[in-house]
Amino acid sequence: MSEWWQGFLDDFTLNFIDGNRWKFLVSGLGVTLEVTFLSLLVGIFMGTIVAIIRATYDKQYQEMRPGFGKSLFGIINGIAKVYLTVIRGTPVVVQLLIMYYIVFASSNNKVLIAVLAFGINSGAYVGEIVRAGIMSIDEGQTEAGRSLGFNFVQTMWYIVIPQALKNVLPALANEFITLLKETSVSGYVALQDLTKAGDIIRGRTYSAFMPLIAVALIYLVMVMFFSMLVGKLEGRLRNSDH
Amino acid sequence: MTTKDGSVLISAKNVEKHFKGKKNTIKALDGISLDIKKGTVNVIIGPSGSGKSTFLRCLNLLEIPTGGQIVLEGVDITDPKTNINLHRQKMGMVFQQFNLFPHMTIMKNLTLAPVKLLGKSQQEAEQKAMELLKRVGLSDRAEAYPSQLSGGQKQRIAIVRALCMEPDVMLFDEPTSALDPEMVGEVLEVMKELAKEGMTMVVVTHEMGFAREVADQVVFIDEGHLVEQGTPEDIFEHPQSERLRSFLAKVL
Ligand SMILES: Nc1ncnc2c1ncn2[C@@H]1O[C@H](COP(=O)(O)OP(=O)(O)OP(=O)(O)O)[C@@H](O)[C@H]1O
Ligand SMILES: [Mg+2]
Repeated sequence: MSEWWQGFLDDFTLNFIDGNRWKFLVSGLGVTLEVTFLSLLVGIFMGTIVAIIRATYDKQYQEMRPGFGKSLFGIINGIAKVYLTVIRGTPVVVQLLIMYYIVFASSNNKVLIAVLAFGINSGAYVGEIVRAGIMSIDEGQTEAGRSLGFNFVQTMWYIVIPQALKNVLPALANEFITLLKETSVSGYVALQDLTKAGDIIRGRTYSAFMPLIAVALIYLVMVMFFSMLVGKLEGRLRNSDH
Repeated sequence: MTTKDGSVLISAKNVEKHFKGKKNTIKALDGISLDIKKGTVNVIIGPSGSGKSTFLRCLNLLEIPTGGQIVLEGVDITDPKTNINLHRQKMGMVFQQFNLFPHMTIMKNLTLAPVKLLGKSQQEAEQKAMELLKRVGLSDRAEAYPSQLSGGQKQRIAIVRALCMEPDVMLFDEPTSALDPEMVGEVLEVMKELAKEGMTMVVVTHEMGFAREVADQVVFIDEGHLVEQGTPEDIFEHPQSERLRSFLAKVL
């Protein structure tokens, strides 16, 4: 037993203490959180726009007066649909690689590239979440807004979207948790996130167990922590009407 | 606010609304013409499904008529070239289900449109809102949220919200039908006040007492047609058509 313990300590020292290797994990964690958080912002932004387009199309297109506006809107809706299909129909790693080697071939700002790739990816999923949120808001809210004289966009912005986002807040928080794990493929574009940090240590010490289990534990603790927050949030939202 | 001078504020001309379904077309409105004169109270009655709500919603184009015209103060608002948003500002609407904005305080509910659409300052809008709140006896509820109010209070707030836009006409779609009986009175009272002040009103309601007491004109709609119109006395004491007589026999 004490032999095993000694081995464990040696392994631990080798992987984390020697050469201050624990610093890889700390800075990797920082990158992971940064990319996740910024990606979520991009995702919510893109997702909300797509959701507005899709929900407007479903609710309003039939009623719109024929003309240039209607045709243009048909095209915009088509673009949104293509976006959803392509993003949800291809692996996120491939999207990340395309973003790195093709779209931003000339740039080396890896965080920015990762944020855009994951954000655009997330937007497709957030879009469907927010769309469901918009659809869940009573038609009477839109009618009340329009009858006061607000145009469609104002009605969405002041009245429907705030309520829709509030309703889907837990789902958006879950998207954050999904993203947290999804960004672990950032190493494909040589971004040193948490996963990559563990892998770097493994490469230096030729010992896989410690660094990889440590990385897994850090993810697990974060996911459990954020899941707990989501649970609390849900409880709070359930108890308030406004 | 308007005064009675016999001039026409809204003129509905041969308004049609057909809903195309998969199998059949529902003719919710089949050619209705009606003049709403300034400063008058117009009550629309009729059986369920007769087209009352559809007609009212056509007046501010919440439903777009499939035929005919709505002329508001001389402007054909059914013409696709008119900016309907501007005209809707002049037509307040009150719904059966109140439709207050649940994520905003009462004060925010009342000031949002005047600030964003009429360009009032927040302070100006709040002053006006407070004035109106006092008149409906709810000035102490300004900072509450809609979910904290009773049905009757919500509907009084909904009326005030529409009034804050200083409309030329108020449209009511069964404003008391979703209320507990003991709250109907407080809402009708506010509407009577409004009528007394000379507001032009179009009211869809099953409250025949209100129609008798307050209406200048009562309109009976059945199966998408305007069957009879006249003073409360004409309609309630001397109904001409068989359809109106049998309707009144059921509701009175
Ligand atoms: N959006 C819609 N799509 C299809 N049919 C509709 C729609 N709105 C109304 N209708 C139909 O049009 C007819 C008139 O409806 P409307 O709501 O105007 O009646 P109403 O007189 O207001 O009835 P109630 O007293 O029950 O409110 C009904 O047959 C109704 O089913
Ligand atoms: Mg109705």
